[in-house]
Amino acid sequence: MRRQIPILITTIAGLVFAISYFIPHDPFGESESIFGDWITIVQAFAVWLGALNLLKISFEKISSKSADRHYAAIIIVSLIGTLAVGFYDGYSGMAQDPQVSFRDPGTNFDWLYRFIYTPLSATMFSMLAFFVASASYRAFRARNVQATLLLIAGFFVMGGRVPLFDMMISPITDFPVFSWFADWIMTYPNTAGQRAIMIGIALGIMSSSLRIILGIERSHIGGGSG
Amino acid sequence: MEMISIWIAAILTLGIFSFLYKDNPLYKACEALFVGVSAAYWAIVFYFDNIYKKFYEGAVTAEEPDYFLWIGAILGLLFLTRLVPKIGWVSRWPMALIVGATAGLWMVGYFVSNAMNQIGNTISNIIARDELTGAIAWGETFGTMVILVGVVSGLVYFFFSKEHKGVFGATAKVGTWFLMVTFGASFGYTVMSRMSLLIGRVDFLLGDWLGILR
Repeated sequence: MRRQIPILITTIAGLVFAISYFIPHDPFGESESIFGDWITIVQAFAVWLGALNLLKISFEKISSKSADRHYAAIIIVSLIGTLAVGFYDGYSGMAQDPQVSFRDPGTNFDWLYRFIYTPLSATMFSMLAFFVASASYRAFRARNVQATLLLIAGFFVMGGRVPLFDMMISPITDFPVFSWFADWIMTYPNTAGQRAIMIGIALGIMSSSLRIILGIERSHIGGGSG
Repeated sequence: MEMISIWIAAILTLGIFSFLYKDNPLYKACEALFVGVSAAYWAIVFYFDNIYKKFYEGAVTAEEPDYFLWIGAILGLLFLTRLVPKIGWVSRWPMALIVGATAGLWMVGYFVSNAMNQIGNTISNIIARDELTGAIAWGETFGTMVILVGVVSGLVYFFFSKEHKGVFGATAKVGTWFLMVTFGASFGYTVMSRMSLLIGRVDFLLGDWLGILR
């Protein structure tokens, strides 16, 4: 019961989607649509599971008087506050004529997105620029052919994306060497490497998917493979 | 109000940047705020887009309700049993649905788009021609040759069932060169995208907040 039913669901769902690619007619075409709707709904509950789990862990940290309890309190307040604002804007917007989406400009939820969420996320990711710069200082050493190629490709792609490098060689030639070479690297050698990786990944996904559908791979239901 | 909002955004930006000096309470508070707000933000977006619009309007308030949607909602609710350890095993059912459907979808779709189409694009139109005159475009032809050599040698490198020796090993070595160029280009591209975000934040601080940049 605990193992057989999930394996059966996995196999049926996998087969329906795989077969519907080749037979896009009923009953497979319609089944794909029904399964697709279910997945859309289940995905939303999965996101809610994550949020509720975060809430649960944060409350546990406070009750156990953990050293991080103050930050757990901030998580709880900001999470519940944002949920309250979102629900209020969502339902009050639907009651208006014409209806207003909770994401429309001027709503409280949009304010949270523009002045809280965006600055925090953009700054968090922009900080990676410093860490990547320090990592590249250590990684970009021309020790052998492979490392030299990595260095040259990285240097030209970065140099070709800013006008400074083309300006620096403008007294010698008007031809934008850096941006042209950066484009050439991205269009040809980079495409070649990306394609080799993509083909390898596709073959790997195909074999993994087959193992999942056939019930050989069971790690997603809490069991090992085989 | 706009000024207060900008001040709040600026303080949060500086709070996150303060980590560059060292880990500190202000950074941790901003980080906790980010975690809480982003979790709730996506929960609200998915609630109204997927649960309300797809399920509620499709199965409850619709003139011709789609009763099949109830199965999706029940499976979704079963997902939440994960929060109760005693009955947490029930959450494997919706998980099985997602994993099975993704496996079925990707097994064929990913293979067609990422293997067959990529192979097709690599081996077709190797000799590039000028669209107007029909003459051979030597520059582009050289480029497509580079792609062909790069893809074949890259795939040879990923083939581990045969020892990388002799002609096979030399081809695999050429493959590693192409892969290194790809990694270098991806690295450079990632650095530039992060720099772009950094410039955006500095532009906000110096422009919108302090008004130094106009």
